[in-house]
Amino acid sequence: MVELPPAMIETLTSASDWVVVLPLVLCLMGAAATLMLRKSGGLTFIFAVLIVCAVIACEVTLLLRVLDSGPLSMTMGKWLPPFGISFAADIFGAGFALTAAVVTLAVLVYAQGERGAEDGRDGFHSMVLLLLAGVTGSFLTGDLFNLYVWFEVMLIASFGLIVLGGRPAQLDGAVKYGFLNFLATTFFLLALGLLYGLLGTLNMADIMRVAPSANPAAMAGVAALLLLAFGMKAAAFPVNAWLPAAYHTPPAVVSALFAGLLTKVGIYAMMRALVVLLPASRDLLEPVLVAVALATLLVAPLGAIAETNLRRAIGFLVIGGVGSVLVGIAVPSLAGVSGAGLYIFHAILTMTALYLVAGLIESRTGQTDSRHMGGLYAASTPLSVLFFVLVLATAGVPPFLGFWPKLLLLQAGLGEGSWVGSLVAVALVVNAVLTLIAGSRLWAHIFWRAAPEGVVAPAPAPSHRGAWLRLGATGALVAIVVAAGLWPNGLFEALRFGAPDLLDPSRYVAAIGLAGGAP
Amino acid sequence: MDYVLAGLVGCFVALGVYLLLSRSVIRMLIGMTILGNGVNLLIFTAGRLTREIAPIVPAGLEQPDGPIANPLPQALILTAIVIGFAMFSFLLVLAFRAYQSLDADNTDTMRVAEPVNEPNPPLSY
Repeated sequence: MVELPPAMIETLTSASDWVVVLPLVLCLMGAAATLMLRKSGGLTFIFAVLIVCAVIACEVTLLLRVLDSGPLSMTMGKWLPPFGISFAADIFGAGFALTAAVVTLAVLVYAQGERGAEDGRDGFHSMVLLLLAGVTGSFLTGDLFNLYVWFEVMLIASFGLIVLGGRPAQLDGAVKYGFLNFLATTFFLLALGLLYGLLGTLNMADIMRVAPSANPAAMAGVAALLLLAFGMKAAAFPVNAWLPAAYHTPPAVVSALFAGLLTKVGIYAMMRALVVLLPASRDLLEPVLVAVALATLLVAPLGAIAETNLRRAIGFLVIGGVGSVLVGIAVPSLAGVSGAGLYIFHAILTMTALYLVAGLIESRTGQTDSRHMGGLYAASTPLSVLFFVLVLATAGVPPFLGFWPKLLLLQAGLGEGSWVGSLVAVALVVNAVLTLIAGSRLWAHIFWRAAPEGVVAPAPAPSHRGAWLRLGATGALVAIVVAAGLWPNGLFEALRFGAPDLLDPSRYVAAIGLAGGAP
Repeated sequence: MDYVLAGLVGCFVALGVYLLLSRSVIRMLIGMTILGNGVNLLIFTAGRLTREIAPIVPAGLEQPDGPIANPLPQALILTAIVIGFAMFSFLLVLAFRAYQSLDADNTDTMRVAEPVNEPNPPLSY
């Protein structure tokens, strides 16, 4: 006779714990419902906004609970972990999921500003909700194979979004984006297969317990594969080519969503896999990580300086941001992981806002290349202020949000006390200067200089409702960036409470419910 | 048997990577599929190959009678196959649309999004 309790959960999950999976349930059901409502005219927009607002409400509740009592988990299907698939939220997962939902809301409102009433049938809202489901799932899952599934959900939704409209450039970008990202997830799957063969488990908390006793050489191979896979998803330097090839092809609002969410999920997954799950293998890979971080930090802003297409240049700035997070993974002290986490939060907001502003600029000038723009300052002062603030935030100039994570990362680099630490600290500063040059150069070309000859003067500001929706959505995101930069104390409090969980996962493992048993 | 399958996985991955290095989109697509199948086979092998019976609990018992085959890799592979097939279908249609509207199935000539020989950026500022 076998005892059931050791294998099965026999009590019902308490209703309040459902908040861990509720955002996903809402997104997936919302995506299905908006697909069914697609012939109802403007209803899909209202429905999608309501769903995202409900998701935000759930995630605020989740974040407050995590801040109150530490990591939170729920395991599905009555099987006890590690057999059942766990969902677990720590401060980073819950915080990023909330930020992603806020950004999605802004993007939905912005998109409504340029869509006609009859545009509801193309499935845009369904795919945005599906993308949010994939992103939220990746942030909240506690199981590596489940993470793979959410990656694919995210990928297929982004495929749909990137080709929406079907212009030749979009198809061109989608081929490169599609193949390289699918290849990245295949590498991830490859690493998963090897990890399962080595450890016999894919539950994250269980991996943390079992990994130290596995063969270190084999584990380092797995970690290297994970580094490659997540590096491709995050567009770290040697494998970044798909991002500037694809991000400028879809409508600006889709680029904004991608820039805010996709690469950040990739880099967050890398942080989880290398810093939390396989710290011993990370130590072996440290020289590679440092080299990748340095190269990404230095090459990306140079690409942005050399590029004249506005949205392609911003794409390089997105890659530069990934380099900053890589510093946190390469130097994983408490300051390092706090800085990396805070940088992801900052990048989700800032990069989305930057692409949204680029969309506004493109619709005002009718151009995509900054060579053919000019004199926009006189035509639209608010736009030039928004762009300039975002450039400063991206470069990490105080008092904007980008400054604080870079400060923490610098502290981590210098606190390391080795020449490697000093090297990454120097690279961070050089990256900030180069980013500032790239950004202010774009600003000077688009806004400050007089329009070059043969360039049509910017169109007068359209004053219909759509224009206000777009400017309002962008302005709201920039307001969050500015406010969070001016009053960062709450963020630092949250980091002080939550960041140690990444370095000492005992609270996380306990939350999933694995603390007692021997491996 | 493990060694044979491991060798087969190696062949699949090598062939997939070789085809992916090609410039023709259709070859890349076939390479993707072969690579994906190699990975599925790898998960299957990683779950340990045994000559045991199917993991079905006989009637009247609460646990299997004796050793059973590991059912988890099969569940993982099934998921991966479904996802891989969806991605393959999408990329196939995408390749066809790209061939129609860009008139190119060679990634070297697919330069609408990234034009070649762009003029240098302005030197002002």
